[in-house]
Amino acid sequence: MRIARQSFYEATARKRVLGLLDRTSFVEFCPPREQVVSPHLPSLGMPVAFDDGVVVGEGTIDGRRVLIAAQEGGFMGGAVGEVHGAKITGLLERAADTRPAAVILLLDTGGVRLHEANAGLVAMGEIQRAALGARHAGVPVIVAIGGKNGCYGGMSIVARSCDWIVASEEGRLSISGPEVIETVEGIEEFDAQDRALVWRTMGAKHRRLIGEIDALVADDMAAFRAAILGFVGRPRPLDLDALEAEHAMLARRLERFWDCADGMEVWARLGVNDPADVPALDAARFNALLGAVSERSR
Amino acid sequence: MVGRALRAALPVPELVSVMEHLEYEFDGAGPRPAGATALAGVVGSGNLEVLIEAIDLGGRCAAVVDTSVRGYGATWRQVLADFFSRHGMGDVRISINDGGATPAVVSLRLDQAAAEIKEEGP
Repeated sequence: MRIARQSFYEATARKRVLGLLDRTSFVEFCPPREQVVSPHLPSLGMPVAFDDGVVVGEGTIDGRRVLIAAQEGGFMGGAVGEVHGAKITGLLERAADTRPAAVILLLDTGGVRLHEANAGLVAMGEIQRAALGARHAGVPVIVAIGGKNGCYGGMSIVARSCDWIVASEEGRLSISGPEVIETVEGIEEFDAQDRALVWRTMGAKHRRLIGEIDALVADDMAAFRAAILGFVGRPRPLDLDALEAEHAMLARRLERFWDCADGMEVWARLGVNDPADVPALDAARFNALLGAVSERSR
Repeated sequence: MVGRALRAALPVPELVSVMEHLEYEFDGAGPRPAGATALAGVVGSGNLEVLIEAIDLGGRCAAVVDTSVRGYGATWRQVLADFFSRHGMGDVRISINDGGATPAVVSLRLDQAAAEIKEEGP
């Protein structure tokens, strides 16, 4: 019997956690019944969520103990408020103390919750520091992106400060969102309504081709689980050599692609024979293509 | 000077709407559910989350609603009374964060929460 595919994209944060971890292994910290909610939203006349839009806790994946956070993209676009941020920070600080096999962050967010202003911005800095603290303690931090909101704003910086990123084609990763770029730089610079352009410049395939994410998977819970599992227990080096190598890579990239106006031009330069075909490839065919494009060129 | 005089003459607009907080109590009509707690739905525009908990209320049921849409207290009472009468439970508290859901959506989420707490083992 063929088991129906379970979409990661369509699942709520809670369903994602339950779908990735071993059955009945999940224990939630600050669960909804404790009602640890935003202290800021009621004063703006806005409804709160009992989990402030993020699920955090502990469980096992293939028998290995992990800590996990999942942002609920349906609540205020997964934006990070004070409590939301504190829950993720606390989880990462716990990782530095208890040394699980990994911390898994399921990000689905536009970034800071602007309603909470400075509290949200401070939270972002705290999350970043705690993520690096967990890594310094030798705990790998694995990010998964595959929800409606992609991963934008401060959380995109957090994501790129972690060890590994897994994403589905539906995932997007960028600091400024399409509308922000269009508003600031003009429609000649970036047309936010051009969804194909958005995916060619911020989408997971582009990010995978230029080496900013580490695995591209189909929108399937089992595929996400398998890819995440492949990174559990595998921290990347966090030292000066690694940082300098990253800086050198960024300098080379700028030199090589600075004049490209579109992802397709970048892919052509990387040695992709038919860059126009890339957006239509499914995950398996895309990954086959990726293997053919030499590692040296990226 | 003119600007200042004009501003003083205008009525101060209500810049921030205020959430409405509603509390209800109903007679229980059945046993305490098997599970301890369940959550259904996500707070968003036209959507809501329903937290359902089995707690000791002397057999009665209670509901707490925080909603961004004011003035629908009577409708909430009807939807909740209908829910409790259909499901036959006691010692249940419902807590709702509402982003302006319609009564049909509210009933759907209530049913989802009830189904989950009835199934869930202790």
